Amino acid sequence: MKRKRRNVAVIGSGMSHFSSHREEVNQPEMIHEAVVEALDDAGMTLDEVDCVLHGNMELFEMVHQPDMWHAIASGVWGKSGLRLTTGGTTGITLACAADNLVASGLHDVVLAIGFEKLQEGHTTGGITNMADPLWGRSIQTGALTGTTAQAVIDEFGEERAKHAAMKMRIIMDEHAMLNEKAHRRLGLDRQFIKEMADNSPPLVGELRMLHMCSQSDGACAVVFASEEKAEALGAAPAWVVDHETVHREETLMFSPEKTTMRVAAERMFTRNGITDPRRDIDVFEMYDPSAWWGLDWLREFLLLEGDEHLKMVENDEIRIDGAFPLNPSGGVQASNPIGATALVRVAEAAMQVRGVAGGHQVPKPVRRALASGFGGTLWTVLMLLSREKPVLGGHCDA
Amino acid sequence: MNHDQQSCFVIEGRMALPYQYFAGAVGSRFIVALRDDKKILAVRGAKNGTTFLPPRQTCERTFESLEDNWVEVGPDGTVTGFTVIRYREPYQPQEPPYVLALIRLDGADAPIVHLVECGEVASMRVGMRVRAVFADDPVDNILAIRHFTEVK
Repeated sequence: MKRKRRNVAVIGSGMSHFSSHREEVNQPEMIHEAVVEALDDAGMTLDEVDCVLHGNMELFEMVHQPDMWHAIASGVWGKSGLRLTTGGTTGITLACAADNLVASGLHDVVLAIGFEKLQEGHTTGGITNMADPLWGRSIQTGALTGTTAQAVIDEFGEERAKHAAMKMRIIMDEHAMLNEKAHRRLGLDRQFIKEMADNSPPLVGELRMLHMCSQSDGACAVVFASEEKAEALGAAPAWVVDHETVHREETLMFSPEKTTMRVAAERMFTRNGITDPRRDIDVFEMYDPSAWWGLDWLREFLLLEGDEHLKMVENDEIRIDGAFPLNPSGGVQASNPIGATALVRVAEAAMQVRGVAGGHQVPKPVRRALASGFGGTLWTVLMLLSREKPVLGGHCDA
Repeated sequence: MNHDQQSCFVIEGRMALPYQYFAGAVGSRFIVALRDDKKILAVRGAKNGTTFLPPRQTCERTFESLEDNWVEVGPDGTVTGFTVIRYREPYQPQEPPYVLALIRLDGADAPIVHLVECGEVASMRVGMRVRAVFADDPVDNILAIRHFTEVK
């Protein structure tokens, strides 16, 4: 990331209710719920917004140019607008773009909107078209993969691995039970952990139905403002410290030395003087499409070795009241309106910093929060937010 | 499809992506009124007086909520433009030749697209006054209006 010209803050956010069936509203009506809530939360009217960013997954609802369809409800009329679509990372790419547009001085206030109405489309049909037609499309499996589950089992043994993955799933559900907007609030009972790990219907290998994220309908809107604007509004801001994008566009046949998660984290932490992420970051909203990935990626994002990540799950360190709360919102395993999902991570991280997360506010003080996005061909995006205003020019890579 | 593949290699693909689109809160009320009461409902903005047909939840210019401000429009209106369809293809609403017209219903600020049954297509003209004819068997879409006919 290049040096910022000026500071940028998240000053408001809004989300629709997340559900498998938002059949009472159409796409623009659902988006409008999030936009109105975000403007209210920021204490501003649409007049003060300079630019509206819009994003979702390509092909999912079979709507061409959805940003134009949704202009009646998004607030973009008469303003600068952009549509961004980078797969699963779309939501956090919107956040990065908003940060860049404000930091550069081009706009003072940018409204970022992510949405998906997965009920209306055919997710796997859309995702399959990501694969190269010659080498991969006819054998594509969509978003489901059992390889991570097998790798964790191979490394740590079946009993410990399966227990840890289902423990993570239960903790995410315990968090979702605190978040009224979450889609799946199942009330999973810890005493049946082994039964659930053994009996949940298998999808691919040991990736089972309970481990996997939901297919949700929902929208999220986040207001990004310049330092001058944020301070004029007297808002409690979450400052955008830094963001980092790492992806691999080639086929996945190469075996990389490091995952995109680890590379992104190393770059982000080095630039920002984070030497011990478990101490220096107070809460993490991770885009974890399944409990197995969430478990495995905890090690990658936190630059851990060995079985430290398993211990963090086993000893409840990742619970909302633990030393390193992970996904106090319930995360992606509870709610996954894909084009909104990665923006929800940023919104939730910002809400924790601003102290406005309500029933799922982390009890300890939150000074710094991390949000991640994940998408096809292993895109990883990280965004770091802080309560303390960053020093301009404090970080810069060559 | 491609019959000459001797000098190149081509993957012949076909996408079939099923989808749904929910009418939403405002669209559903419009369809129900049309189907059950044979009424054509629009929404009117309080700030600039614009009457929207098709109805929608929000005015993008004033950003005000419109969904509680319903007004009945039509069933008469004025043709503001039309085209004559003379070719045949699958899924047409009726046998060609037929007329698709832009019709601004009395009370609305913008036209909707619908069929006009006018006997000889040569008699169609912009400015023609037309009236909605409702379908005998109610359906859950815009074809609850079967077509429009000329008002002499």
